[in-house]
Amino acid sequence: MPEITFVRSRSILRDRLVQLLVYAAVLVVSGVFIWILADLVRGGVAHLSWNFFVDSPRDAGRAGGIGPILVSTALILLVALVVALPLAWATAVLLAEFVPATSKFGTIVRYSLQVLAGVPSIVFGLFGNAFFSIYLGLGFSILSGGLTLACMLLPILVSTAEAGLRAVPENYRMSAAALGMSRTATLLHLLLPAAAPALAAGLLLGIGRAVAETAALLFTSGYVERMPGSLLDSGRALALHIFDLSMNVPGGDAPAYASALVLVVLLLAINIVAMKLAYGLQRKRIMPA
Amino acid sequence: MFRSVFTDTLLRWVLQAGAVVSALVMAMIMLFLLSESWPVLQHLSLAQFLTDSSWHPLEGSYNLTPMLSGTLYASMGALLLAVPLGIASAIFIVYYASPRSALLYRRLIELLAGIPSVVFGFWGLTTLVPLVNQLHPPGASLLAGILVLTLMILPTIALMTYAALIAVPDEYIRSAAALGLSGWSMIRGVALPAARTGIVAGIVLAAGRALGETMAVLMVAGNVVQHADSLFDPIRTLAANIALEMAYAMGDHRAVLFVSGLMLMLLVMTLSGLAGWLGKKSYA
Repeated sequence: MPEITFVRSRSILRDRLVQLLVYAAVLVVSGVFIWILADLVRGGVAHLSWNFFVDSPRDAGRAGGIGPILVSTALILLVALVVALPLAWATAVLLAEFVPATSKFGTIVRYSLQVLAGVPSIVFGLFGNAFFSIYLGLGFSILSGGLTLACMLLPILVSTAEAGLRAVPENYRMSAAALGMSRTATLLHLLLPAAAPALAAGLLLGIGRAVAETAALLFTSGYVERMPGSLLDSGRALALHIFDLSMNVPGGDAPAYASALVLVVLLLAINIVAMKLAYGLQRKRIMPA
Repeated sequence: MFRSVFTDTLLRWVLQAGAVVSALVMAMIMLFLLSESWPVLQHLSLAQFLTDSSWHPLEGSYNLTPMLSGTLYASMGALLLAVPLGIASAIFIVYYASPRSALLYRRLIELLAGIPSVVFGFWGLTTLVPLVNQLHPPGASLLAGILVLTLMILPTIALMTYAALIAVPDEYIRSAAALGLSGWSMIRGVALPAARTGIVAGIVLAAGRALGETMAVLMVAGNVVQHADSLFDPIRTLAANIALEMAYAMGDHRAVLFVSGLMLMLLVMTLSGLAGWLGKKSYA
């Protein structure tokens, strides 16, 4: 009998210990997350003002604002989305609606995208530099950077859109076919609207990925901090601006903090909206209206 | 009727064209990396990257081993820290937390995953590096790189482990409870083994992330080309080397950087392929 109580109390002790360790890990992770956010807010909030958002950087970015950098970031993003969205959504529609899941063509496309999703961003940068900047002669430009990012965004845009389309109930398609709707009409008027929240969530995730990217833009869209005059001008993205200020500009910490704060707040907002959309989807599926 | 058949055929062609272009991107990347590395692969043997006396690309000596060891040390170190933290995070969400705090903590992990690498690097540079410096100068070091990488790969491990634990069939858990197993005995004896493949897939995926990560490590690890003797030595990773030297590299030097990019990609692709295969196996 004493032996049993001994074993019991030892296992209770062990349970407590493990629980303690798990809670400690959670505290560490949450603590570091809050630490990072607090650091960014503390270092950056004093530097933020309306002028910071509209002025041009002066003195290598130590003074002035990030106006042209925000414009360049937006243009790079725009190029990436204009190219990647039609390709990705066409691929997703084809994979989800037109080819059987086990067909050879579908398998090849899906496998190729899966591999693409694993490519490190610096390798996208090398490719973009060799192909868009040099082979196609676009040089260091917003266009090269945007096209490189478009390649990078394809996998996430395709997989979210395909999942969204597959979640549309089968009887939508059956009813449409029974009514004699063409597949094009079914797609445009029924399936795409029904999958819209998933498409939007994927789009936001893609935007988040693109805005956060630095390594792929280093040798494609370049470093120039002037206001871009056209898509063939070099333009510095916000993430690259933070990198440059903190690594190459002594005394650039305050604007770097402020830029990092802007970037993180932007990304948190984008990700929270994307999560809300995805969560809403899940709930709808569990409790059909 | 004829018109709708026509538009359907047209649509099908448009979609097919889009899918072909999407699939070709990967092939193009392969092609261009190979063609850019080709000049060097032709007249240098691969062994030279391991046996040359040093990394002095301008004088034609291309020893990549310091970068390889730096990459491996940093990734292994980060895994060593991130695996227990990530798995503990997932266990907390699934078994210990109230529904409210589970959701809150899961959101926190997902948001952590969305923080860009340049911000992790910047935070590491302004906060971690001075702290490490107080411990042992110079501060920009393998240790700082490991800590920053840990934060970046932790969400992958935590979220994949979470997905694997959620997928453990309920009857396993209930049977364990019926046998009188509770708390840690149940988690270690039943839940973790049942979720093992998914967890390993997450770890492998995270390893791929760590190997390929560029900016954050570049900003905090010091970038000295050397084999690290201690955690406080500065190191340079393969990816950081590409980012640092691409700007001025020409001729053979540039081609060597493409070779290292190719190596990095093949390595990461193997790992993510492995993770995908494991993932499929665990939910089959």
